[in-house]
Amino acid sequence: MGQISFLLNGQTVRATGEDPHTTVLSWLRQQGLTGSKEGCAEGECGACAVLLLRPDGQGSRFEAVNSCLLLLPSLAGQEVWTVEGLAQGNTLHPVQEAMLQGGSQCGYCTPGFVVSMAAEYYRRDRDGFDLEALSGNLCRCTGYRPIQDAANSLGQPPQEDSLARRLTAPVPAVKSMEYCPETNGSPVQSPGRYYRPISLKELFQTLTDHPTAKLVAGGTDWVVEVNQRFARAEVQVDLSQIPDLKTLSWTDVYVEMGAGVTLCEAERWLQGRIPLLVEWFPLFASRLIRNRATLGGNLGTASPIGDLPPVLLALQAELVLVGPAGVRVVNLQSFFSGYRQTVLGPGEVIQAIRIPLPLAPLARFYKVAKRPMDDISTVAAAFALHLEKGRVQSIQIGLGGVAPTPVRAYRTEAFLVGRPWDERTVGAAAEVIRAEFKPIDDHRGSAAYRTAMLGSLLHKFHAETPEVRV
Amino acid sequence: MKVIGQAISHESAREHVTGRAVYTDDLLPRYPQALHAWPVQAPHAHAHIVHLDVSPAYAVPGVVRVLTVSDVPGLNDSGIKHDEPLFPSEVMYYGQAVCWALAETEEAARLGAGQVGVEYEPLPAILTLQEAIRKESFQGSRLHARRGDVEQGLESSARVLEGELELGGQEHFYLETHASLAVLDETDHILVHSSTQHPSETQEVVAQVLGLPRNQVTVQCIRMGGGFGGKEVQANPYAAVAALGAFLTRRPVRVRLNRLQDITLTGKRHPFYARWKIGFSEDGLLHALRMELFSDGGWSQDLSEAVLARAVCHADNAYYIPHMDVRGRVCKTHKTSQTAFRGFGGPQGMVFIEEVLTRVALSLGLPGEVVRERNFYGVRGATSKNVSHLEVITTHYGQVIKDPERMPLIWHDLKAEAAFDRRRAETAEFNANNPYRKRGLAITPVKFGISFNLTAFNQAGALVLVYPDGSVQVNHGGTEMGQGLHTKMMQVAAQTLGVPLQSIRLMPTRTDKVPNTSATAASTGADLNGGAVKDACEQIKARLAVVAAQKFGVNPADVVFEDGQVWSIWKPAEGLGFAEVVRAAYTQRVQLFADGFYRTPGLYWDKTRMHGQPFHYFAYGASVSEVEVDGFSGQYTLRQVDILHDAGDSLSPLVDLGQVEGGFIQGMGWLTLEDLRWDARGQVATRSASTYKLPSFSELPPVFKVRLLPKATETGVVYGSKAVGEPPLMLAISVREALRDAIGAFGSGCIVELASPATPEAVYWAIEKTREKTLV
Repeated sequence: MGQISFLLNGQTVRATGEDPHTTVLSWLRQQGLTGSKEGCAEGECGACAVLLLRPDGQGSRFEAVNSCLLLLPSLAGQEVWTVEGLAQGNTLHPVQEAMLQGGSQCGYCTPGFVVSMAAEYYRRDRDGFDLEALSGNLCRCTGYRPIQDAANSLGQPPQEDSLARRLTAPVPAVKSMEYCPETNGSPVQSPGRYYRPISLKELFQTLTDHPTAKLVAGGTDWVVEVNQRFARAEVQVDLSQIPDLKTLSWTDVYVEMGAGVTLCEAERWLQGRIPLLVEWFPLFASRLIRNRATLGGNLGTASPIGDLPPVLLALQAELVLVGPAGVRVVNLQSFFSGYRQTVLGPGEVIQAIRIPLPLAPLARFYKVAKRPMDDISTVAAAFALHLEKGRVQSIQIGLGGVAPTPVRAYRTEAFLVGRPWDERTVGAAAEVIRAEFKPIDDHRGSAAYRTAMLGSLLHKFHAETPEVRV
Repeated sequence: MKVIGQAISHESAREHVTGRAVYTDDLLPRYPQALHAWPVQAPHAHAHIVHLDVSPAYAVPGVVRVLTVSDVPGLNDSGIKHDEPLFPSEVMYYGQAVCWALAETEEAARLGAGQVGVEYEPLPAILTLQEAIRKESFQGSRLHARRGDVEQGLESSARVLEGELELGGQEHFYLETHASLAVLDETDHILVHSSTQHPSETQEVVAQVLGLPRNQVTVQCIRMGGGFGGKEVQANPYAAVAALGAFLTRRPVRVRLNRLQDITLTGKRHPFYARWKIGFSEDGLLHALRMELFSDGGWSQDLSEAVLARAVCHADNAYYIPHMDVRGRVCKTHKTSQTAFRGFGGPQGMVFIEEVLTRVALSLGLPGEVVRERNFYGVRGATSKNVSHLEVITTHYGQVIKDPERMPLIWHDLKAEAAFDRRRAETAEFNANNPYRKRGLAITPVKFGISFNLTAFNQAGALVLVYPDGSVQVNHGGTEMGQGLHTKMMQVAAQTLGVPLQSIRLMPTRTDKVPNTSATAASTGADLNGGAVKDACEQIKARLAVVAAQKFGVNPADVVFEDGQVWSIWKPAEGLGFAEVVRAAYTQRVQLFADGFYRTPGLYWDKTRMHGQPFHYFAYGASVSEVEVDGFSGQYTLRQVDILHDAGDSLSPLVDLGQVEGGFIQGMGWLTLEDLRWDARGQVATRSASTYKLPSFSELPPVFKVRLLPKATETGVVYGSKAVGEPPLMLAISVREALRDAIGAFGSGCIVELASPATPEAVYWAIEKTREKTLV
């Protein structure tokens, strides 16, 4: 209750007296493990990356995560490795050795790159090196080419590699946990409590006891608030270790993925079976984020610019909500009730996301942003189209960044249904969709550009589905 | 074996990859008694501070002290131009630090700062460059460089064009934010660890604020996690706050800005606005250029005038223009104090002239590369009988270019290597077959003057210590920020002394080892400090040569030092180890350490006329960029980049390659996706990594070929090398011009007006304009 115990670089450590909002990064640095750096404190730069051991079948795998977005109590009972734990005495780890050839200049981002690279190095059944593994690490000096070369030079871990051997064994079983620091710890504020239930039953009990508790899944949104705007919660409830929120099933009529499934877990499990999501995953944040961020979390925050809702809206997804009173299923479009607001009742959580089958035959996702990878959308648009003899039988258009909530373009969809899928129709539909929404100006883009994109992306979708043109 | 020119890893590479490299704030766990500082940031762009009440802060447990103006024993100013009050009575920009809370923890300092009561009386603020120009809100002097008679030149030109362009600023976004840790050292004197590119000036400012002579203050910079100019002067206020706190509380004080504070408090690359008029001939020869430059200097003078001077001196880039008149003003606005940033005004001057070149080419229906190569310095002489060769190799500020053949050589080599002409044809073919996507191709040159414009800064010192076991410590005045300066200095020392690299230890930069240093800036770090290190090593070697010569019974001039061995040219087989010679020298009471000094020869600069020889030499390069643009959204990808860059005889090719590649990507960021915005209240709108986007892995072009120019010895510079820190940044101008080329392909041969940075939105609107004009 008053301490957090976990494995750090192979050694058991205990933290006491720490405010439950303490991030792993700040704790590590206080301990003198200053290899992990703070570059942004919001999961954008990756300089703080650490390896978290996660279950993988019979064994385990390393996931690189941003330690600035990881709350210290969430580590309880888990196993974490930092850049300091990779070299064996004076013998560098292979990824460290590879980075020596120009991979570092100022060196500040380097530990984060080394950690991200190590996670990919140990990925099971890896064929080559997936550079996307480094998409969450920023370097201001090198221009990335030598880092790319370092990554591409890596072979497979040798049999005797101690970390590779570690992965053949399972992760420690995670237990239910309640943490409250000793009161003589922080001189400043009432430090609050941290609960980590491991069943829905336990979760509901905790939420009944603490109705205003802050729900934390991956923490990739909440801990940004903690770091950047100093948000504090009396009670935080960790949803990441509840098996009932992590189910995955593919039936004849729908695909169901638990709200607590991380984006990387979903990506691995789907194995390309939903093409729209295949296109979407790499555009949704970096792997460092996707290793933590959950499907339910991206919906629960109800951000107008979250990238998951447009895709799920186009896929006509439903949400399974569960609370002490039982289960209910709602359409995604009726889930968002306003700017950062949802229909979730007291004590209720998202249990799963359901995508109806069969999928529309033609679907695309477009994200307009200043940077293609790991940027927030100026406009995001997902299209799912069913054509019958060259005419639109049905179309779903999900949009982000053009209204206070993610939206479907119902008016435009209605306009299109029954018409031939040709330049003329699309030209007219572009007029309709531009008039359907009134986006705003901000630093990401002007209202005029967003409006223009509504029509343009529809044109683009049409232009990129030429094989079905009449 | 030659150590100079070896492609070795960064001297700290092993520490970088293991996380053992220590940066200023990594020292914190060694000082558990340290106090943490947190600023009270003003929520107004311009306001009087009517009343300041710090007492509520003391009610927060853990708060130890709130630093205000009344605590300053010396001068309340953190600048050297004395227009930067450390604790202001008038707020000059949104987010300016009014006072600082010190507390036992960071959290307590933040909460304490939040309790400080400040009453403001808001004042009108000037927030844009255009408004500042309109209201004539300027600071510093007018700059004016001229040659010939621009009026007459424009009148007599066959064609005349005019235009204007505004360039955005750039956030440095060094991964390590500003950090200072001040302690009272073992002798009870102030020692400030600071992430500063200019420890001597940081020392000066700390002494000034504390009212102490400079010998009472030591500043050390271990290394920085990136600087890029952002730590040339901007580290000073934070070092001063830490030092003041330590001075008053007698406890270590740590000031470390978080990213939000760093972006909202510190200066950036200057936004610029230029209007220009160019006269030229039907075959694209430039005849007369009038250009007016306005930079947004923000609230204080900082380095703005020097930045502007460099912009004025680079408004020609690589082109000879007979009649030229370039003027510049620094605007004063209520924003962060814009400061040095890699290129230091050069990039802005060069983007403007490249904008002009493209406009000239488009108006004549000629390819951009044809117009560019016709106008290179020195090339012009071959095509015109009326001008002397000396005339066509002299810049508008009077500097004679001693190697005008270098630019065309690089240009044609690169064009051939990059298969430029073939790819021009392929691009045209692609564009003819693709209505929705267009490709663009461009090649642009870089000619960048090396030396501080201010002559006095072109000096450096070193202190080299040899111990009787043959091991060596090298101290010099330059700072390491990732650019590989220390690596190069180790190579210079090892080469000069004839010892292996492993014998050299490069020491952190400290003002008590080498005093009165210049900022590590203007790309001059290796030239200046290399000269000084070499000087010191040569003195020691000369003394050791005498000792060895006695042993060998030869003339000292016949003694060779190489790879840790010393021998005479007459009996190379009967050598001695370096350590043996050193030990012998010690017993003979020969001095085993030396200070070195270097000042760049031949510089002069008349600041009022903007005339003279401000630069020791020019660094050259050229780049080819190919892009593909999506007409629906304006989004684009960089398909291929080819670069040929002149680093002289590279001291350290792996380091230099890294500077070229990294500089290019950073310049590309400035010109494409790094969109620095301020909101209507004057607050930086893009003040975090989630809103201010740097180039990431996704911007690395799939084909990125960089070569260093071979056989490029630069005589008169340490080991024939050239400076390489800044010049490659401007190679990225080819990306902007390639985008313009692609945008133009959506229309037909009309002017392409592309805003900067060329975000997808800017590209989209440029395409729309191009399409409209084509329809008309």
